[in-house]
Amino acid sequence: MENSRKENKIVLTMRHINKNFPGVVALQDVDFTLRAGEIHALMGENGAGKSTLIKVLTGVEEFETGEIKIDGMPHSIINKSPQEAQANGISTVYQEVNLCPNLSVAENLFIGREPKKFGAIDWKTMNKKSKEVLGSLDIDIDVTKTLDNYSIAIQQMIAIARAVDMSAKVLILDEPTSSLDDGEVEKLFTLMRKLKAQGVGIIFVTHFLEQVYEVCDRITVLRNGALVGEFEVEKLPRVRLVAEMMGKDFDDLAAIKKSGEEKKKKSEEVVIDARKLYHAGTIKPFDIQIHKGEVIGLTGLLGSGRSELARAIYGADKADGGDLFVKGQKLLIGAPIDAMQAGMAYLPENRKEEGIIADLSVRENIIIALQAKKGIFKQLSRKEQEEFTDKYIELLQIKTANREVPIKQLSGGNQQKVILGRWLLTNPDFIILDEPTRGIDIGTKTEIQKLVLRLAGEGMAVMFISSEIEEMLRTCSRMAVLRDGWKVGELGEEELSQEGVMKAIAGGGSDE
Amino acid sequence: MKKLKLEGNQFLLLITVLLFAVMYVIGLIVFKDNNFGRLQVFLNLFISNAGLIVIAVSMTMVLITGGIDISVGSVVAMTCMLLAWMMEKKGIGAVPAVIIVLLIGIVFGLVQGFLIAYLKIQPFIVTLAGMFFARGMTAIISTEMISIKNELFLSWAQEKLYFPFGGYVNKKGVVINPYIYPSVVMALLVLVIVFLILKYTKFGRSIYAVGGNEQSALLMGLNVRRTKLKVYIIDGFLAAFGGFLFCLNTCSGFVEQAKGFEMEAIAGAVIGGTLLTGGVGNVIGSLFGVLIKGTIETFITFQGTLSSWWTKITIAALLAFFIILQSLFAKAKEKRK
Amino acid sequence: MSNAKKTLRKLTEYKLFLPFLCLALVLLINVIKTPTFFAITINNGVFYGYIIDVINRASELVILAVGMTLVVAASGGTDISVGAVSALAGAVCCFVLSGGEQSVNEYHAPYILGVLAAMAIGIICGAWNGFLVAKMKIQPMVATLILFTAGRGIAQLITDGQMIYVRVDHFKKLGAFIDGVPLPTPVFAAIFVVIVTMLLLKKTALGLYIQTVGINAKAARLVGLNSTMIQFLTYTYCGLCAGIAGLIITSRVYSIDANNAGLNMELDAILAVALGGNSLGGGKFSLAGSVIGAYTIQALTTTLYAMGVSADQIPVYKAIVVVIIVSLQSPELLKIWKNIKKKFGNDGARKKVA
Repeated sequence: MENSRKENKIVLTMRHINKNFPGVVALQDVDFTLRAGEIHALMGENGAGKSTLIKVLTGVEEFETGEIKIDGMPHSIINKSPQEAQANGISTVYQEVNLCPNLSVAENLFIGREPKKFGAIDWKTMNKKSKEVLGSLDIDIDVTKTLDNYSIAIQQMIAIARAVDMSAKVLILDEPTSSLDDGEVEKLFTLMRKLKAQGVGIIFVTHFLEQVYEVCDRITVLRNGALVGEFEVEKLPRVRLVAEMMGKDFDDLAAIKKSGEEKKKKSEEVVIDARKLYHAGTIKPFDIQIHKGEVIGLTGLLGSGRSELARAIYGADKADGGDLFVKGQKLLIGAPIDAMQAGMAYLPENRKEEGIIADLSVRENIIIALQAKKGIFKQLSRKEQEEFTDKYIELLQIKTANREVPIKQLSGGNQQKVILGRWLLTNPDFIILDEPTRGIDIGTKTEIQKLVLRLAGEGMAVMFISSEIEEMLRTCSRMAVLRDGWKVGELGEEELSQEGVMKAIAGGGSDE
Repeated sequence: MKKLKLEGNQFLLLITVLLFAVMYVIGLIVFKDNNFGRLQVFLNLFISNAGLIVIAVSMTMVLITGGIDISVGSVVAMTCMLLAWMMEKKGIGAVPAVIIVLLIGIVFGLVQGFLIAYLKIQPFIVTLAGMFFARGMTAIISTEMISIKNELFLSWAQEKLYFPFGGYVNKKGVVINPYIYPSVVMALLVLVIVFLILKYTKFGRSIYAVGGNEQSALLMGLNVRRTKLKVYIIDGFLAAFGGFLFCLNTCSGFVEQAKGFEMEAIAGAVIGGTLLTGGVGNVIGSLFGVLIKGTIETFITFQGTLSSWWTKITIAALLAFFIILQSLFAKAKEKRK
Repeated sequence: MSNAKKTLRKLTEYKLFLPFLCLALVLLINVIKTPTFFAITINNGVFYGYIIDVINRASELVILAVGMTLVVAASGGTDISVGAVSALAGAVCCFVLSGGEQSVNEYHAPYILGVLAAMAIGIICGAWNGFLVAKMKIQPMVATLILFTAGRGIAQLITDGQMIYVRVDHFKKLGAFIDGVPLPTPVFAAIFVVIVTMLLLKKTALGLYIQTVGINAKAARLVGLNSTMIQFLTYTYCGLCAGIAGLIITSRVYSIDANNAGLNMELDAILAVALGGNSLGGGKFSLAGSVIGAYTIQALTTTLYAMGVSADQIPVYKAIVVVIIVSLQSPELLKIWKNIKKKFGNDGARKKVA
């Protein structure tokens, strides 16, 4: 009814925002405008300043100069804490689930604003309301159970439900989709459109271009802490968006495709041969053969067992049964070190929790795997360590002030490169890359994709896992498809197409 | 309630309660000739542990935030000493003396809370300093033991509240009804109040949220610092209050008093199902933890020939049992995921 | 920025700066209060003096702090059982040497047997803690709470609740002097433990392994480290340190008092680690820092004794010093200070311009 008028009303303006971190300018004179009833994408490479801008807005970080104005407030505001931001009508869903695992689902939805009766928390009403809120998102779960009983995807949906239910003027979604499967993403989009119709202004941060073009109205692009511009989605083709984000003309995609053509000859030498390997509860018995010099992709929906298959081979989760042969030799893996000794390497999906050793330097992070492989008594000399580190900083073009910087100070993409370097240093025959490009800017993404192809070209066997089918099509020469913990099939080179893969993932007779 | 609704943590609480029941039944069988079955024996558990119940309840709250307070034993000693000194050496009345120590407890909690919540110093270190400070202050006030002779105070301590039932007839044919002291009533009152706060107030749930995931609690708009500060202030108050109840039992103050009290409180909480990682805990469990400790002590007293160190060893064995049980539960949960 | 300022900044950024500063401050106060503090006299061929006393008395603490540092680094938790384990080790040693009698004037078993028994019991206790922490994944403080509670109980069980005296001159040497050596023996024991540990950390990859495990145990496992084994080893080593400390404690008084031997030592040891600038959250650590921390604590204690403070009252001063030191190390204090300065900032800014 009033939608057309609301469309133009501005709910949030940020003007001339400046923010410095020690030694780094995080935000430089950034402007941002959000209107009621629009979905506004905030785009930029890693380190462009998206997260900082959000944190400044939500009161997690302070900013030095600039002003923030919210519709309905006569003066400019400074949110000193997330509480104040909430009180000012801004609610946020963060990339990583920020809920309390020990509290019930209902509490997580309502904490800080619990329904009360006679001054005491009214648990009955709270549980009932929670059921309703989640029901509107098609989630039917026991809301009295603690949150840690549920999967990350469900937790993320609960976080979204919480933010939405706070009936805010501004809703911020900071990469909410990274742990959701397609069905859940679709539910989220439906919800977002509904909120948009109600006049809520939504800021949507994502790395997925498709999603931007599916739901967003406007795009604001940041680069290196500065504003590049605000665009309307229809008027900004993808290629230009990418170009704006990277600040250069972008023809790398084509380049990759070309180099992809070159990797034809397939070796017959089998590096990994798994027979009826399984891990109770996560991956059902599977057979898989991986040849020298090939890139095999694992695809399937989230929770289909694609990561778990890789973990079972590497021994990250000890296999409960089945046989594993590495280059014809039967191998018993008790712990990852056994797999490493047999020439395997594993880049885990969760970089922060399983990848980086946050407080240690880039040097230590790079040499640690090789050192572990050599054993405690054969310490690498300082000189060797430095040579190795410099080599990989150079080779992978890791952006770091020097090799003694703690890895936690690097951007996500550079951290990932350090971990790649760590594994390449061990000179593996077989490397597992689980979501190596997640949460990484497009420039680094293509670099990593190129690297994968080059490594395969040099004879390494690579297992590549990604939720972006496009990326997999570009790099893989073969794909294994997983569904509900089973390996349900393989796709050869000729069957590799967007449509073919989608079909295989969904399976016959599926309603997806 | 549906079947199997019991989650791991509730199950642990159930085991604690069951264990207490089983121990008590064993006591009834083994010591049936020693009148173990008298209601008074059961009530004595509360009488001799009134102070500890309060301290354990307060400790539970602190542990739920993911913190710890190892200063409580010393604060109890300081409280007792201050009470004794003020009443006996300075001629201050019992009521003002109690009010003063409670205020001191609050200030003590405020300082500790500020250092922990606002300067973000580890709770262990802060309360370690608090422990040193309070114990040392006790010695500075007086290195001699001071006995309390204040009549009003003694009347509080010795006022027996008789039950109208459950008595037994002694050799002279007089019916002796079981009794408790006011300290027990006060301790149980504290228990109930803290229980209600934890379950039914925003503040109480914030305590759990902070212990579950501090960062999340912050981002969900809770004031983490203030929550923590409040918890430590209440904790300081309850430590002093527990000291007051403890003093009602001992009616004296001396330097070595209540040594190791903090560990008894922590042990009680852990046996009662509180996790030291924070976020999980229940004051009812802690009550049973304390009662189990009391029962072991009663056993040793009744048995007569066992040395006192068996208390320590048995409690340690029970601790080991519960801790390993908790760990197995946690592992099972991890596996289920 | 002037050169002097630059040097100062570099100096303050040096990670052992604060620990050193604390120690220097304590020593400085000493010199002012007691001009004879650094004076060393020779009496009967051995050195005497306050400073010697500090170095001597700190020995057990240094040894415990070494073990504690590794435990903290690898597991992000503290071993609160070390004091009780020291008492237990001492009790076992005395029990073995006295053959179970209350007071003996000669060994009932070879000395070395007593020493080995004490070390063995330390290792066993450490291994038990290590098993609970590393294998059963129990939080360190909870896991070690068991032996903290039981340790002295078991020690009393062994000594039957009595003091055991070993009145043999040879037995006293570890806690006093070896003939012809002018420095007290505990000093050498402490130096020995520190050097051996340093060598273990520097000459092998152990130091890197411990830090990696302490920072991120999951990632450590995936890069091929056996996190469980490394944590287990640190606890076992800490137990061994507690055993050695127990030997020195008993030798000093040629007896064991299960109730009081090593009482509150675990707290001092943890304090030493924290004073050394180490995070109790685990990860990166500095052994040297902990050692400095241990000497600082002992210097403080000796200072207070020298100033006539009674043993019972010393904790008050210790507490105040601890609060001041850790507050100074808190980055939050700086933030609060900056905010205050901002509020009254106008004044400061004007001065700068002028």
